[in-house]
Amino acid sequence: MNDLIKYAPDLAAGFLVNVELSLVCAVLSLIAGTVLVSLRVAPTPVLRTAAATYINIVRNTPLTLVLAFSALGLSDTLGLSFSKEPSTNAFWLVVLGLSAYTASFVAETLRSGINTVPLGQAEAARAIGLTFFQSLRMIILPQAFRAVIAPLGSVIIAMIKNTTVAMAAGYLAESAFVMKDTFDDTGVSIPIFIGLVLAFMAITLPVGFLAGRLARRLAVVR
Amino acid sequence: MTETGGSTPLVKLEGVNKHFGTLHVLKDIDLDVQRGEVVVVIGPSGGGKSTLCRVINRLETIDSGTITFDGRELPAEGKALARLRSEVGMVFQSFNLFSHKTILENVTLGPIKVRGISRQQAEQRGMELLERVGIASQAGKYPAQLSGGQQQRTAIARALAMDPKMILFDEPTSALDPEMVQEVLDVMVTLARDGMTMMVVTHEMGFARRAANRVVFMADGQVVEQGPPAEFFTRPSTDRARDFLSKILTH
Repeated sequence: MNDLIKYAPDLAAGFLVNVELSLVCAVLSLIAGTVLVSLRVAPTPVLRTAAATYINIVRNTPLTLVLAFSALGLSDTLGLSFSKEPSTNAFWLVVLGLSAYTASFVAETLRSGINTVPLGQAEAARAIGLTFFQSLRMIILPQAFRAVIAPLGSVIIAMIKNTTVAMAAGYLAESAFVMKDTFDDTGVSIPIFIGLVLAFMAITLPVGFLAGRLARRLAVVR
Repeated sequence: MTETGGSTPLVKLEGVNKHFGTLHVLKDIDLDVQRGEVVVVIGPSGGGKSTLCRVINRLETIDSGTITFDGRELPAEGKALARLRSEVGMVFQSFNLFSHKTILENVTLGPIKVRGISRQQAEQRGMELLERVGIASQAGKYPAQLSGGQQQRTAIARALAMDPKMILFDEPTSALDPEMVQEVLDVMVTLARDGMTMMVVTHEMGFARRAANRVVFMADGQVVEQGPPAEFFTRPSTDRARDFLSKILTH
């Protein structure tokens, strides 16, 4: 217990990084996932194939490898740099990798949502003269989103927990790394371990609860 | 109504063929619809009536033949196709109102997003149209809160809001409870009297008698017979039509 109190400031600072990563990645992966699914269902075969290929590759690659590629491949080898400050650069490399990874799950979740929207909705949208992307944006996606709020919540919860893999991209600031680092100094401390688990649950449980409530409130009645 | 094409037909189908897999649903269809004309398409189920309706705004593509609308061949895709569709209203059997939008939003979406009319103007016109079809008091509700008849009248208002040159009705009363059929037909009869060009796929023979200029009888993917309703219903010239009429008009 003393260990937990002693190292609490470090762990809290680390946990704040997890929260930052979660917020930024949630926004980016929802946007990128929406763009991806739009291409995935587009009438142009080239766009459909490109999106499907991306989703299938990224979704089926272990996250540690995606993050390692982001740091070692994109940054070290290909020279992608977000900042001269190494820790800032590492932060954004994690954001890039984790968002790119999560976006593929968001896209697939949204696609299953699109499948719940009756074909007649798209036909009616086309019949009043909306173009494909207009009808997707105004008619299909709003209904698809509402149908998959709960599963999207699960995707976001998984993403929040996945921020603890950031060290795979060489970013050594978030709480799971701080914990491991602390254990290396002091030996394993069960209170620290439990404290960190509770901290994550303090975020993920409300996300799940909120998603469930929103799903019920915003459900499209047919 | 703009008479851009003079006396040329608004819609002209020539040698139109359409297959669904091995099923030949439209066989060499030649058909004109004049401006202001109300054409009622009747015939047995599976005869190609709905498909005929849906190829005119290209919700279904055709395999061969040509369809011209207002003097121009139907565009294949893209913005030109969207523009054509905005000029052809469509009313579906299953209403297909946008479930996540209110009744008024359903009616104003097209004018605002496709025509670029201001929200205020679109809402004013939308309310007028809802008034005209008798559901102005429901404007703030969602489709699922309305009866089938009210939903279908909304769908008609949604089509009218685009100021279409023509409205296609694909079995507009087939999904309705019997007591709601009349309220929808009344709106359609009024439209017909006001000079709207209409193609109506229906089983409502009463509507055909009251409002149609011409009845087209379709069976097995072909136009078997067509003519003015009085003539068609009293003296059908083909056995196929006589047989069909004897089955539906006896009771």
